[in-house]
Amino acid sequence: MKTKNWFSLLACVLVLASFATVGCKKKPVGVTPLPNAKSGGSVGEMPPGGILPGGDSTGGTTGGTGATGYPAGAGHPGWMEDRETLKTETVYFDYDSSTIKASEKSKIETVAGYLKSHSSAAVKVEGNCDERGTEEYNRALGERRALAIREYLINSGITPATVDTVSYGEDKPAVQGNNEAAWKKNRRGEFVVLTAPK
Amino acid sequence: MKTKTKFITIVTVIASLLSTAPAPAQSEVYRPIVKEGDVMGFTKPVPITVSGFSGEVEQVLRFDLEVQGFKLVSDGTPQYEVTGGNSGSVQGRLSDRIGKATLFSKAYNGGSLRTQAHALADDVVAALTKHKGIGQTKIAFKVDTGAASEIYIADFDGHNAHQVTRDNTIVAAPVWVPGRLALYYVSYKLGNAHIFHHDLGTGARSAFARYGGANFSPAISPDGSKVAMILSKDGWVDLYVSNTDGTGLKRLTRSPQDESSPCWSPDGQWILFAGKSGERRVLMKVSPSGGEPVRIPTSGVSNPSEPDWSPDGKWIVFTSQGGGFTICVVPAAGGAAVTLVEGEDPSWSPNSRTVVFARRTGNGRALSVLDVFTKQYKDVSRISGSNSQPSWAK
Repeated sequence: MKTKNWFSLLACVLVLASFATVGCKKKPVGVTPLPNAKSGGSVGEMPPGGILPGGDSTGGTTGGTGATGYPAGAGHPGWMEDRETLKTETVYFDYDSSTIKASEKSKIETVAGYLKSHSSAAVKVEGNCDERGTEEYNRALGERRALAIREYLINSGITPATVDTVSYGEDKPAVQGNNEAAWKKNRRGEFVVLTAPK
Repeated sequence: MKTKTKFITIVTVIASLLSTAPAPAQSEVYRPIVKEGDVMGFTKPVPITVSGFSGEVEQVLRFDLEVQGFKLVSDGTPQYEVTGGNSGSVQGRLSDRIGKATLFSKAYNGGSLRTQAHALADDVVAALTKHKGIGQTKIAFKVDTGAASEIYIADFDGHNAHQVTRDNTIVAAPVWVPGRLALYYVSYKLGNAHIFHHDLGTGARSAFARYGGANFSPAISPDGSKVAMILSKDGWVDLYVSNTDGTGLKRLTRSPQDESSPCWSPDGQWILFAGKSGERRVLMKVSPSGGEPVRIPTSGVSNPSEPDWSPDGKWIVFTSQGGGFTICVVPAAGGAAVTLVEGEDPSWSPNSRTVVFARRTGNGRALSVLDVFTKQYKDVSRISGSNSQPSWAK
């Protein structure tokens, strides 16, 4: 019965390790190390800003190459989101492309005009994809679409720090469906107006 | 941290004792299943009979053996047979009909019947191949219910699943820290895509990468000291690497095209990723200390992405996108790609024989486990919603 003893010991060690303070139980429940639901999963426990200096640009180059990086402390956490005001300006893209089509440019110019007349507002550009790509490829493509719109806004005179980007890849389709009618509505960049909390 | 290292050491020691302690004396004849000249995707499965088991135990044995190169047959007298039973606990005997020898005879105790059945399957695999079985390994994956997605971990066959995150937001791309009970993954909990580290032993987690713009597709070096990732903080979607304490951030690509899905070579010398050469999507590798990326040819298939380098260093499995998505494999240096099955986002098992991947169904994605040599695959037990982005613990 050597086997049995080893299994009991293994189970006890695992239970011990999981709960740290509890001793060897009579009937160990399973031998699977689990995430500790009690202490895990709460964002409140994350150190603010994480363990990286958020938003610095060590090692990167910006400017002169068509790419505008994010300044230190980029982003607008806690700002109020308004998805309605610029809803009609959603920019659509061709399959597997982040090129701004001629038909879409006036929408971005409208957004630039809005930001110029609302100087305290910022905007979040959300890049999205259809489902015809692998998930992480689409996350990259969605970010490229959002960055292309951001670059267009910057070239239209908008301050870089005013424009945030986020890519949802294929995770937030506008419409469900497995056909071009659905796909073309999902290849898009949406604008969310951000205003400082009062 | 110390406790956990100790814990893992103890488990490893016990596991190794476990596997040796009950081994009866037997002839040490070595019978490789994958023989010299066997080709990935074209190897015939080894027929085997399994009898005397019932219910869950029989299902586990069937599942485990068929995704590791065997074919369970009910008629004829193939060379190998497993006999035994599962009244109370699992007992099993592996015999060689041609050699007229009992290769092992064991009884299993402790754990659940499932665990015992996995242990028996592992013993069969160990006795007949040069590989350690995968029966007691873990996977992590993404479960998308439409409203939100969460990270789960489970046994490699999807059973014994546990929810890791409860963020009620979008999460993505879980990866295991090699040899540790810890994950990195992406969560949008704080608004944008950020990379988090989550210790599954203590439940503690922390934001690892929160640069301006997007932070996604983490990949941990084999020695656990570095993280490759995709960032957009400099205005383009590029590949970066840093130490796990966040220091030493280095930009490895500078391209207006995008890079995605990095992974490491098992010797830690290369970061492999999906990139572009002109307008063509290609696989490339770059040294973590920088330099020119080197292209890995994948001839015969188009639009490669989501590469994963096998732990034995020999193969790269990846997704090809043509009309649909297929799982393909090439030698690590590149070459003619072998198309295996429809599916995407493959992740190697620790023994470099099996991969777990996602398959599109009429109702979201489901996970399957594929034996790369025989192309036999079986669906993993599914959590409600779409299951994708599997990562096999190594």
